[in-house]
Amino acid sequence: MPHAVRFREAVALAGRFPLLSGLSLEVAEGEVVHLRGANGAGKTSLLRACAGLLAIAGGTAVVLGHDLCLDRQSLRREVGLLGHAGFSYEELSVEENLAFALRAARAPAERADAALERLGLVGRVRKTAVGACSAGQRRRLALAVLVARAPRLWLLDEPHAGLDHEARAVVDELVREAAGSGATVLVASHELERAAALCDRQVTIAGGRVLEPGGDAPLGAPIAALAGGEVGCDVA
Amino acid sequence: MWHDAVVVAGKDLRIEWRSRVGLNQVVPFALVVLLLFGLALGPDAGRLRAAAAGLFWVTVLLACLLAVQRSVAVETADAGRDGLRLSGLDAGGIFVGKAAALALQLLVLEVVLAVVAALLYATPLSGIGLLAATCVLATAGLAAVGTFYGAVSAGTRVRETLLPLLFFPVVAPVVLAATKAFSAALSHHSGGGLGWLGLLAIFSVAYVAIGTIAFGPLLEDG
Amino acid sequence: MSALVPPVDHGLFGEGARSDAAAASRQRRAQLALRVVGVTGLLGVVLTVWLGLWVTPPDAYMGNLVRLLYIHPSMAWDAFLAYGVSFLASACYLWPRTRDLRFDRLAGASAEAGVVFTAITLVTGSLWGRPTWGTWWVWDPLLTTTALLFVLYLGYLALRKVPGDPEVRAKRTAVGALVAFIDVPIVYFSVTWWKSLHQAPTISPGKSDVHGLMAWTMLLSFVAFSLVYVWFVAHRYRLAGLQAREEAEGLALALAERRAEGAASAVEENEVWT
Repeated sequence: MPHAVRFREAVALAGRFPLLSGLSLEVAEGEVVHLRGANGAGKTSLLRACAGLLAIAGGTAVVLGHDLCLDRQSLRREVGLLGHAGFSYEELSVEENLAFALRAARAPAERADAALERLGLVGRVRKTAVGACSAGQRRRLALAVLVARAPRLWLLDEPHAGLDHEARAVVDELVREAAGSGATVLVASHELERAAALCDRQVTIAGGRVLEPGGDAPLGAPIAALAGGEVGCDVA
Repeated sequence: MWHDAVVVAGKDLRIEWRSRVGLNQVVPFALVVLLLFGLALGPDAGRLRAAAAGLFWVTVLLACLLAVQRSVAVETADAGRDGLRLSGLDAGGIFVGKAAALALQLLVLEVVLAVVAALLYATPLSGIGLLAATCVLATAGLAAVGTFYGAVSAGTRVRETLLPLLFFPVVAPVVLAATKAFSAALSHHSGGGLGWLGLLAIFSVAYVAIGTIAFGPLLEDG
Repeated sequence: MSALVPPVDHGLFGEGARSDAAAASRQRRAQLALRVVGVTGLLGVVLTVWLGLWVTPPDAYMGNLVRLLYIHPSMAWDAFLAYGVSFLASACYLWPRTRDLRFDRLAGASAEAGVVFTAITLVTGSLWGRPTWGTWWVWDPLLTTTALLFVLYLGYLALRKVPGDPEVRAKRTAVGALVAFIDVPIVYFSVTWWKSLHQAPTISPGKSDVHGLMAWTMLLSFVAFSLVYVWFVAHRYRLAGLQAREEAEGLALALAERRAEGAASAVEENEVWT
């Protein structure tokens, strides 16, 4: 089975700080993986790297067949990231934001209504400017965009945060449906039990790497891809 | 790319339509500047008339700076930079779309300003064809360079101060050429403005082209 | 802390242990060459000053002002040379096949030199203008272009100072340099057209003949200041390289520390889960 995500000793930097410090992870297509770890462990960075938002400074990273060292743009239409920010425009209404996102991603506009209904964004809320929406409603909008775009790889960063009971159940359903339709899902979450029930497998992140079940993080592993003071990708 | 440009331009114009920041803040600001120039140069109608073209374009430039900052702020408000990158839009299309939306807003501003400047500085508008052509070409150049440098400075923490330092020297030829073309039109020598139109056209084409190509790398890593 | 640093592999920062000796000798040769350039350049400048101020005669028309000929044109030439090099280096950085942070450093070093030379060009040009044209500043095409160029590259240097990831900064500034450089001919043509006030070169010898010793002194000034330019840029370039290396060494340390975070929580993890 082909891998949706294959990272090998991947390094990603923010200035001089290593967000990912040689992370290796393989996720099969259709798998639902729970990423756990303390704050600042690198969960969000891993999700952002999977979305092609982080430059890979060392090692290899392949997502949905796209080598991120060579090209981080062409995969963008195939992934959906639910991040801390909503990526929405405050002045535009809920449905206008969704319409823009769909047009930008060249997804069929007909999916908009169903997606909004699914997330309970109906009636007056649809026409409300996002600036006037509550945090939970914005979160629902971001989820609605994801549902309507129907990506091959779902990257969910704390998907349950800030949602009411009913919406949290919807999130779980959405993840199951996505997996059922063959999509791959990475969920970063502190809600261990809820996520555990949802996912096929757990991966623990710490210090910008994946912790092996044995708990040993080899310290002296060569930082092979960094050469001459300038970082670059492995060609291999 | 064109599809994406239309989508982005439509989005930006719709946001302006909703928020009216340009109409309620940038236009009044430009009017204040026109008034201040009048005060600075004194009530002598002859002197104001002689300087009218230049004052108009410097005012447009100042207003353009605000419009560019607004155009950047729209994207960076809700981590929109990541949003744009994730959206799947083509970078060249984003550049053309944002520049086009900016240019359209600036053109509206210029019409209002031209009328007010004509009244304030006692300068009857003549050579309308040349005036209009100058506005279109100069605005295309301003919008292209503005959008480009807006993106350059957007990733930095010193955006407000860096942008004018980068932006103004580059568009100096635009101010010069547009002023000359305006002066020619206002003094009924429209023929003398054609050369300047050519210069504006070259400038605009060059910077629209560069911006379209260079925007991708900027958006990704800037 | 030092226990956490991974054994530093020489391939990380140097040419690898094998070629250490070769690299060292190459470096020594480069340093020697640079020193020769520097000393020659400085000697040339001293000689230019001596010839320009004491040996050469005052001009029949311009008097002692003619002595500016030995500094202003060569400064202007160096400024344009510097911007040209900066532009080429930026273009090389943007071209994927020649992408190398060394080009970024070269572009920055050269632009810095260019700004210094431009400032001197402007000052000497202004000094020339005062007695010749009666004012400190004339809206002469070349002078105006040079002034705009000065501001343009001040902006470029300001952009370079913005902190950030080296690669990001390099790409951003390279694009900025490209855009600024393309503006130069447009500015020049527009300003020339705007005001063709004076003879083409700002300081032209006019009717006076530049020959003999004067011509040689002028030539010497070009050579000497160009050598100074090379020396200046090479040193700035070297310094930028050292800074980058220091950052890279910081990176290895940062990676080790980051990984150690993981190791620490792994222990915690095991304690919790066992």
